[in-house]
Amino acid sequence: MSAASNSLALPPVKRRNAELAMTLLAIGLTLYALIETGLTRNGEMPPQLFLYGGLFGGLALLAHVFIRFFAPWSDPLLLPIATLLNGLGIAMLWRLEQGEIEGAGPMNQLILTAASMAVFAGIIFFLKEPRTLQRYPYLMALAAVVLLLLPLLPGIGMTVNGARQWVNLGFTSLQPSEFAKIALVIFLSGYMVSKRDVLSLASKQVKVGRFKILDLPRMRDMAPMAVMWGFCIIVLVILMNDLGTSLMLFGTFLAMIYVATHRSSWIVIGLAAFFGACALLYPFVHHFRVRMVTWLNAFDPEVYCTDAALANPDAFCNTAGNSQQLVRGLFAMAEGGMTGTGLGGGKPGFVFEVQNDFIFTAFGEELGLTGVMVMLLALTLLVERGMRIALASKELFIKMFASGISFLIGFQTFVVIGGVTRVIPMTGATIPFVAKGGSALLSSWVMLALLMRMSNNARKPAPQAIQDEGATQVIQR
Amino acid sequence: MSDLTLMLIKIAYLAGLWLFVFMAVGVIRTDLLGAPAKSKRRSRSSPSGQDATSAPRRPAAPKAPRGRRNEPRSLVVTKGPLAGNSLPLGPHPILIGRAKDATLVINDDYASGRHARIYSENGRWFVEDMGSTNGTYLGQQRLTRPQPVSVGQPIRIGKTVLELRK
Repeated sequence: MSAASNSLALPPVKRRNAELAMTLLAIGLTLYALIETGLTRNGEMPPQLFLYGGLFGGLALLAHVFIRFFAPWSDPLLLPIATLLNGLGIAMLWRLEQGEIEGAGPMNQLILTAASMAVFAGIIFFLKEPRTLQRYPYLMALAAVVLLLLPLLPGIGMTVNGARQWVNLGFTSLQPSEFAKIALVIFLSGYMVSKRDVLSLASKQVKVGRFKILDLPRMRDMAPMAVMWGFCIIVLVILMNDLGTSLMLFGTFLAMIYVATHRSSWIVIGLAAFFGACALLYPFVHHFRVRMVTWLNAFDPEVYCTDAALANPDAFCNTAGNSQQLVRGLFAMAEGGMTGTGLGGGKPGFVFEVQNDFIFTAFGEELGLTGVMVMLLALTLLVERGMRIALASKELFIKMFASGISFLIGFQTFVVIGGVTRVIPMTGATIPFVAKGGSALLSSWVMLALLMRMSNNARKPAPQAIQDEGATQVIQR
Repeated sequence: MSDLTLMLIKIAYLAGLWLFVFMAVGVIRTDLLGAPAKSKRRSRSSPSGQDATSAPRRPAAPKAPRGRRNEPRSLVVTKGPLAGNSLPLGPHPILIGRAKDATLVINDDYASGRHARIYSENGRWFVEDMGSTNGTYLGQQRLTRPQPVSVGQPIRIGKTVLELRK
């Protein structure tokens, strides 16, 4: 039958006990991190161990029990990986509060985790069929645009560290672009499903002699890309200085159009347009130029701001910005070496904003390459599971949706860690699940809930006919 | 705390982190080897406690009893390209066929554009053939007029088999 012959289908096994075992291990690793920090710094067990252990462990186990009841067929790896990453984040924030950063806020992060898990449970409970989201693609597009533009509104918009991407709600502040990404993925999935044929088939071939070089899409089919490009460049880069979100949205768009059409020309055109615009904007957008210079010439004394450079009023760092954060992060990771200084043994507090975007350097310093590799592998496995769900799903919309979300998680990780390790310019985004911040954490758990629900539907075995014997025999071709 | 103890604690932590990765990869193995290989291995060695819930390849039929009169809640596709999908039953009739505007669009070579209709009347569900080329079968009978359907009765359209579930 179709299920058996389809090699991409996931085996219909539940494996909830494997999930439980791995979640317990993830909780144990979080608590071990707290204990290790306490022992290294004070030589005694941390007094809040039971508080954190009870709360975090209880939350993760509750999530597991919830999944047992409401999404029993879902992928067993998703929850443990999220628990591990989230737990490592909380443990690191707690460690940073021990003598490094005032107000790193591990308790706050724990409360936000609880809130995010509640939303996670709500989505799994209420969204039984993610394909119902297919009905409202344009509404989702509108929601994404509104969310992205929200910080531009006077009164509630806030500028933090040069990027205007925050909304002040009085009691708390939100980063609406985190949710705009999810809305955009939903819109693109719905849109691509309906426009897939046109985008993938209609084409003009570019030939040099007899050799086919590119399959160019027709001009009129370029409209969605032009709109997306204009939005990412004009609104996000010029008006809001939000390079990270711009890169993320455009990258996700390109990935999804490639998944839908299987045509590399879209990627070539998109990347050329994006980087072309960046090159054109380079002389005019101050914020952008600073990022590039601090990336390329990070070790230049005038960019880093040594004491000698500080005396020179014309030095780059006195007029624009410096690369201290980036360089100190690199040195912190170098200090970690293969196995790290051990949790509590390093000095991660030297790096500015180490609790947010640069939390990766703290892990690099204290866990070393060995520990950081685990973090990267965990994120990679999360992306792999998401892509696997996309392959195993039957509906096109779900395939697009799952692959879009997994690409978003993977690309976001790449943008952050690439920026911190000086592979690409710093853009200001957060590692999913790990970094401090309510919006990022909540949107990560929302994405996890969506993947969970989709994997549950993809792995659930097809219903068996109740009266199999009665049906007329169908002759198979 | 001596430095040596702290170093051992550190190494143990890193080992724990890697244990997580190896366990995760172990779980993914079922993807590659599939469920039957898993159960074969289980019969050879004692169950490791990790996989006690793994269901057999063919799970037990859902509990929907045959004889009891109860309200069907969903229409489930049990065979064919769309197998596994279900549709909630509401007050509106469900049109099945290959046409884009059908409620359930089946991509089946033997189905007509507007093949059949499933609707409720006085609390009972009926299936009606809409003049299809290859016919709609309820059980083994080809439909000539609207027929009442009960829970679990197979409705065949081309290579697709549907049934009502409560």
